[in-house]
Amino acid sequence: MLNIDDLKVSLEEEEKQIIRGLSLSIKPGEVHAIMGPNGSGKSTLSSVLAGKDGYVIDSGTVKFDGSDLLEAEVEERAALGIFMAFQYPIEIPGVGNMNFLRTALNSQRKTRGQEELNAADFLKLVRGIAKDLEISEEMMRRPVNVGASGGEKKRNEILQMCLLEPRFVILDETDSGLDVDAMKLVSKGVNNFSSSSRSFLVITHYQRLLNYIVPDFVHIMVDGRIVKTGDKTLALHVEETGYKDFLQLGKEKN
Amino acid sequence: MTDNYQVRDAIDKETLSTVRSVGDTYKYGFSTDIETEYAPLGLNEDIVKLISKKNNEPKWMLDWRLKAFNRWKKLKQPDWALLKIPEIDFQDQYYYARPANMKEKPKSLDEVDPKLLETYSKLGIPLTEQKKLAGVIEENHEDKSENRKVAVDAVFDSVSVGTTFKEELKSAGVIFCSISEAIKEYPELVKKYLGSVVPISDNFFACLNAAVFSDGSFVYIPKGVRCPMELSTYFRINAENTGQFERTLIIADDNSYVSYLEGCTAPQRDESQLHAAVVELVILDDAEIKYSTVQNWFPGDENGVGGIYNFVTKRADCRGRNSKVMWTQVETGSAITWKYPSCVLKGDNSSGEFYSIAITNNMQQADTGTKMIHLGKNTNSRIVSKGISAGKAQNTYRGLVQIGGRSQNSRNFTQCDSLLIGNKCGAHTVPYIEVNNSSARAEHEATTSKVDEDQLFYCMQRGIGEEDAVALIVNGFCKEVLQALPMEFAMEAQKLVAISLEGSVG
Repeated sequence: MLNIDDLKVSLEEEEKQIIRGLSLSIKPGEVHAIMGPNGSGKSTLSSVLAGKDGYVIDSGTVKFDGSDLLEAEVEERAALGIFMAFQYPIEIPGVGNMNFLRTALNSQRKTRGQEELNAADFLKLVRGIAKDLEISEEMMRRPVNVGASGGEKKRNEILQMCLLEPRFVILDETDSGLDVDAMKLVSKGVNNFSSSSRSFLVITHYQRLLNYIVPDFVHIMVDGRIVKTGDKTLALHVEETGYKDFLQLGKEKN
Repeated sequence: MTDNYQVRDAIDKETLSTVRSVGDTYKYGFSTDIETEYAPLGLNEDIVKLISKKNNEPKWMLDWRLKAFNRWKKLKQPDWALLKIPEIDFQDQYYYARPANMKEKPKSLDEVDPKLLETYSKLGIPLTEQKKLAGVIEENHEDKSENRKVAVDAVFDSVSVGTTFKEELKSAGVIFCSISEAIKEYPELVKKYLGSVVPISDNFFACLNAAVFSDGSFVYIPKGVRCPMELSTYFRINAENTGQFERTLIIADDNSYVSYLEGCTAPQRDESQLHAAVVELVILDDAEIKYSTVQNWFPGDENGVGGIYNFVTKRADCRGRNSKVMWTQVETGSAITWKYPSCVLKGDNSSGEFYSIAITNNMQQADTGTKMIHLGKNTNSRIVSKGISAGKAQNTYRGLVQIGGRSQNSRNFTQCDSLLIGNKCGAHTVPYIEVNNSSARAEHEATTSKVDEDQLFYCMQRGIGEEDAVALIVNGFCKEVLQALPMEFAMEAQKLVAISLEGSVG
C-alpha cells in the first residue's frame, strides 16, 4: 500500500535535513508504530505524508498504491484515502462541526467521482458514529474544535476518521494529553475501524497507547532514520530502558 | 426638450465577448441588449430640469432639485477617506438612461418588456408574484421560507420597471412603490420626510443625488402594521457610462415593522461607472426597520480596470421612543466603496445595530463603517464589522460613536475584526469615539488576523480544496453577520463570499 524508499527531507526555511534516508513498507491491514525521542523526525514524516507545506524533498520516493504520492495535492491525498489524526487538532471559529464534516465528505466524494451524500443520509451516518464515540449533540453543534477539551478534540479526530473512511491512517501522537479513559475510548474507535484492507501508522512517544492499539511492527526512529524494527515487544523494551541504546545506533549510522 | 434625446443601441459587443472570455468570475457581468434613451451628456441646470420633467414632477420637487444642484456646485469632493479615487469628470457622465419602451410606465407587470423580465430572471430575481426570491438553495431542508413572499421593486438604470405584490401590500395599508410614483401619488408624505434624514447639503455625493436622482423605492408602513412580507429593491445598472442615482425613503410609523432587502449588480465594463445613492429611514415610536444590503456591483478586473464607484449615504433616524434599526450589509462588489450607514438615536430607549461584511479582492478599495449618534436617553448601539482583504486590496473600517451630553445611560459595543489573505493587501481600522456623558459606556474590540496556514492545511487534509477551504474559514469568520441577514440573503451572501475570493489563494 505505502512504500517509502530512502526518503530525505529538509526544512524549507533552514537548510536542515530532518529525515535522512528513511525506508518503510506498509501492507494492507498492517499496524505500524513509530517510536522515537523528541526531534527524531516522527512528526515531520507524518506531515510529509499528508502533504504539508514547508518541507523540501531532497531525494527518495513515496508510492501509494504504486503512484507517486509526493506529486499529489493535500486534498487529493485525502481523497485517495490518507487521513492524519492531528496531534493538536485545529480550531476553526464560526464553522459548525456538521458543516465542516459534510463539506469534507462531499469534497472527497466529488474528487472520487461519487455522488454527494444528501443531508438526511449524512445526519444518520454522523449521529451513529458520534454515539459510539460518546460525542454529544451539543458538541456536534459547536464550531470545529472551539472550546473543546483535549480529549474531546481527539475524539473528534476519530469521528472524522470513521466518517471519511480512509484506507491509510496516521495517528500523530494521538495519546498526548489523554487520560486513561479517553485513551481507551479513542483506541476502541480505532480498533473498531481497523480491517484487513486498512493500514495504520501510529506515531507515539510512549508504549502505553500500544497496549490498546496493538502494532504488527514497531520501528525506532532516531535522527531521521529507522534504526531498529521489531514486533510489539520492542515497544516494551523501550518502555523499560528508554531510548539511550538506540541513540548510539543512530550515531553509528552517521 | 424632449427632442433632445439621443436614442442609441446600448449593446457593447466588446463587453459581451470580454464577459464570455472571463467566464464565471463575475457572473452578473452580462449586459442587456435594449434600446436606451439617454439625457445629453454632462450635468447642468437643464439636465436637472429634464430629469424632473421625465418624471412629470410637481414644481416643488424641481425647486428642491435645483436648490441641491446650486449647492452642489459649491461643494468639493471629500478626500478624507483612505481611498485612491481617480479623478471623476462629472461632465463626462450620463445622468439619465431608461429603456426606450419605458416612456410610458407599464401599468402592470404583464406589460413590461420581456427582455427586462429576462434580465431580472437571469439575475435570480423573477419579477412575477412568486412566493420567494430565487437563489435560495433548494437542498436546504431546514428552509422554512417555502411560502414566504418577497415583494420586489426593480430599478433598471434610471427607472423603476415594476413593483410586485403592490395590491396585496396595499390591502395591508403598506405603500411600496417607486419614489417617482410616490412624489406624484403621496406628495404630503414625501414632502414631509424627503431630505429630513439626509439634508440636501449633507455631503458632496448626497447633494449630487438630491439634484439628479431619477428613481428609487418608497415605503410607508402605517401605524401598528407589521409588513406582511419582506420588501426588496433590486438595482441594475445596464447602460454604459451612466451614473445611477437612486433615492430610497422608508418610513415606519408608530409601532410598525418592516424588513427590507437591497441587491445590486452591473455589467462588466472597462469604464468605471458612478453610483451615488441616498437612503433615508425614518423610525417613529416603537417601530423597527431591518435593512439588509447585498452589494455586488462589478468590482473591476484583477488589474483594477473598470468597476463601480460606489458613494452612498445611508442614514436611519430613530426619532421615536423605543425605535429600532438594524443595518446589515455584505459589500463584495465595486471598485471603490465609500459608505457609512448610520443611526441617529434621538428617541429615548432607541437602538441601532450595524452588521457588516466588507470583502475586497484584487485592486478593490473599501472605506466603510458606520456612525452611531446617541442623543436620547438609554440608547443602545452595537457594531459588528468584519473586513476581509485579499489580493492587493485595501479595506478600511471607519466608525464614529458619539454619545451626547443628554444621552444618559447609553451604551455602545463595537467589535471590529479584520482578516488578511496573502501579504499584499491592507486592513485599517479608524474608530472615532466621542463620549460626553459620564454615565455612558462605550466598548471597542478590534482584531486583525491572517487566514491561518494550519487551518487551511487541516481543512485540506480532510479533502477540502484550497479555495473551498478559504471560503469555509472566511464564512466562519463572518458568521455573526451572516446570521443577521434574512434567510434568502444569507444563502446568497454565503455563496457570494466564496465567489468574491476566487483566485485569492495559491
